[in-house]
Amino acid sequence: MLASILASGLAVGAVYALIGITYNTMFSTSRVMSFTAGQLGMLGGVLGSLFILRLGLPMPVGLLATLACCALLGVVTEVVAVRPVLKSLDQHLYVLSTLAVALLIQHATALEWSTEPQPFPRLAGIGAGIWDEKYWLPVAACAVTILGLEYLYRYTLVGRAFVAIAEDNFAARALGLPERNLRMASYALAGAVGALAGFAGGQLLLAFFANGPLLNFYGFIPVALGGLGNNRGAVIGGLLLGLFQQAANFMVGGIFSSVAVFTLFIIVLLARPQGMFGAPAARRV
Amino acid sequence: MAKLWPFLALLALALLLPLTGNEYWALIATRACIYWVLVAGLNLIVGFAGQLAIGYVALLAIGAYTASVLTAGTVMEPLPAFAALGIAAAAGAVAGVIVGLPALRLRTFYFAMTTLGFATIVTQITLAWQDVTGGGIGIPGPSLPAPMDTAWGFYYFCLGVAVVCTWATANLARSRFGRALIAIRDSEVAAEASGIAKPRLLAMVFLLAGALAAFAGGLFATLQTYITPDAFTFDLSLLFFIAVLIGGRGSILGPLLGTILLTLLPEVAAPLAAWSTFLYAALLLVIVLAIPGGIAALLDRSGRRPLPEDRAIRPQEAALRTLIGERGERAVLSLRGIVLAFGGVRAIDGIDLDLRQGEVHGLIGPNGSGKTTTLNVISGYYQPQEGAMTLAGAELAAGRPAGRAGRGIARTFQTPRMIGEATVLENVTIGATVEGKAGFVEALLSLPRQRAEERVMADRARLALDAVGLGGLAEVRADRLQHSELRFMEIARALMLRPEFLMLDEPAAGLSVEEIKRLGSLIRAISRQGVGVLLVEHHADLIFDICDRVTVLNLGRVLAAGTPAEIRVHKEVVSAYLGA
Repeated sequence: MLASILASGLAVGAVYALIGITYNTMFSTSRVMSFTAGQLGMLGGVLGSLFILRLGLPMPVGLLATLACCALLGVVTEVVAVRPVLKSLDQHLYVLSTLAVALLIQHATALEWSTEPQPFPRLAGIGAGIWDEKYWLPVAACAVTILGLEYLYRYTLVGRAFVAIAEDNFAARALGLPERNLRMASYALAGAVGALAGFAGGQLLLAFFANGPLLNFYGFIPVALGGLGNNRGAVIGGLLLGLFQQAANFMVGGIFSSVAVFTLFIIVLLARPQGMFGAPAARRV
Repeated sequence: MAKLWPFLALLALALLLPLTGNEYWALIATRACIYWVLVAGLNLIVGFAGQLAIGYVALLAIGAYTASVLTAGTVMEPLPAFAALGIAAAAGAVAGVIVGLPALRLRTFYFAMTTLGFATIVTQITLAWQDVTGGGIGIPGPSLPAPMDTAWGFYYFCLGVAVVCTWATANLARSRFGRALIAIRDSEVAAEASGIAKPRLLAMVFLLAGALAAFAGGLFATLQTYITPDAFTFDLSLLFFIAVLIGGRGSILGPLLGTILLTLLPEVAAPLAAWSTFLYAALLLVIVLAIPGGIAALLDRSGRRPLPEDRAIRPQEAALRTLIGERGERAVLSLRGIVLAFGGVRAIDGIDLDLRQGEVHGLIGPNGSGKTTTLNVISGYYQPQEGAMTLAGAELAAGRPAGRAGRGIARTFQTPRMIGEATVLENVTIGATVEGKAGFVEALLSLPRQRAEERVMADRARLALDAVGLGGLAEVRADRLQHSELRFMEIARALMLRPEFLMLDEPAAGLSVEEIKRLGSLIRAISRQGVGVLLVEHHADLIFDICDRVTVLNLGRVLAAGTPAEIRVHKEVVSAYLGA
């Protein structure tokens, strides 16, 4: 039992961590927390199933098409729901505009795809039991994403520009960085990361429209606990959350595990609103 | 009340509805009434306090299940329907506070997420707790006794409840509680300086909204006659939330129209029923991007009338004298050895300061010398590491900005903090929130003491506006004022408290020469009434014209203190700050 708790815990944890990174990637360039993060994960599963099972595309092509579609959706989100409300960030209109876009995505999927969970194809066909690919694929995807992002942020010019924007938006613009294009690029990147999360976790979560709000919530927990914009915190938080949730699942059953997760989340947040690794915000008088 | 007619028109239509004789319409209209009972409470949270509670279907579910379980008798002897409804409301009140508590610590997106999470949890519990809730199979709802057991009888009952809710929340919205909620939403800092205690106020509103939502839930279960967890989808939550936003923030009529509109929409456009949530979401996006003010802003025509171009600010000393009265004893506010460090930087490094009532005390110094920081220490926004403060001999505890108004300390801000969507008069009235005696329930029911208090406050606010010279702009929305007018409005808000001490943070910044002159004589006049004024300013002329004493700060220390004449010739001050 311990082995299966570990396997499934790390697997869903990796998906949560990736959704957390999706939140962070969007937040870093725009200071906006977007409700679309979970929907991107949901679409990763649905589009993967659509391209590979329904349309019969080969796996690599299906993966690329899924990532491309979600990247495009990320850009659309930026243009439609984020850019128009950035001027008045203090009014928090982005909460409403991104919620609206997320709901549009979710309900369009429900109506045009299916309201029932649909199967997701086997991708590599490697492994069985607790080493089944549905368990290790999300973990591998998470590892690849982290390594890729580390490389991007440390060794490429575009990545450093992202970091500069995240660090100090005004100074970065004063240096002549194309802030708007970088923000769009980061939303595209976030779209791809979210899609990868749903795609890698597709066999675990299935292609189901209602995964969106679930991933939204469980992906947000690692971000909130790890501190906004902190990818390391999101990964650690995501994996811990996955393990905790699966352990509670096995021991006290599904419903009470979600109650336990929710309660723990609220208590930790109330004790440390800035997250476990975040710094308290300065006063604003 | 000039704006009463839309409500009366709606009520007349609602009362005449049975003439159609169509029971299907009774069903729709009853549903609209029930939704409005919930939205009326939610409106105070979302529209007035600005807290994004999107998971309110959870409270509807709690109310519906509590009422149904108690009347169905699955856990105990069946109760009469009205007792069950009452207990449901009480349970909802408790749940409302629990859902709302995170709002005291968490902001916007976080709070939205926690309410969303709560909604998910409640649905899962209703599914899993089969012994009590019937799980996925469901449970019969309560049935009311005659004459409420017919479609039209129940409709009139729900309409009555809805009317009472409209009346009560409108009362609350117009009271000091409603103003305080808007202040928390638009300018939390100004709310604190006016002595508004956010936790207490929000807890009361969450209590009320929770009770209303759960009561609505009980009625909802009665209307459905049989409830399952499927009846409480997130789509319903969205309907409530969007109804408030379509209606517009800080309005009662707007959200009421919004609720009616959203309830009717799927009925009128039946082929679109499957797409209704999609349409709600699209509507939400359009509203956020195109008309953030909602229906209320479209209806408000007076807000677009142009203001006179050539208006001038003319303070009236007579009004000021009536407002503040005469002070007998003169108290002292003292700071001793205050030290405040941000990390390694000692922003204030051992300051002593004595403010006397009846005097204008100028605080000057170069940028970064600690002037505003000192003011923030006195008004409680910063907590110094060392040192003590006393007011009239009694200790003034560090921190606790919301406690300062109660001690008679008022202030203004470097950038005016105003509530843009409220009128100038309302903005000013907020200054005296701490003096309100009538309680929350009195405000809800608009009892005599509450009404008398409102009249006194409104009169005093007009007096304060006359005193600073903005009497003509009382009914104008604050965000339409010019910068200089906002500065005087902030002073009026501070005077509203009839303060013992008034602290002004660069009040002359951005004013014209003529306005600075009037500001100077206004400040003089205020101090002559026995108010102690602390003036942080960069305009040296103004300082030397009107101050009785001046303290010069440099690098967090007192460089010099004395009368303006002494300071003017003080060698170090001249070289460090004034220039030769």
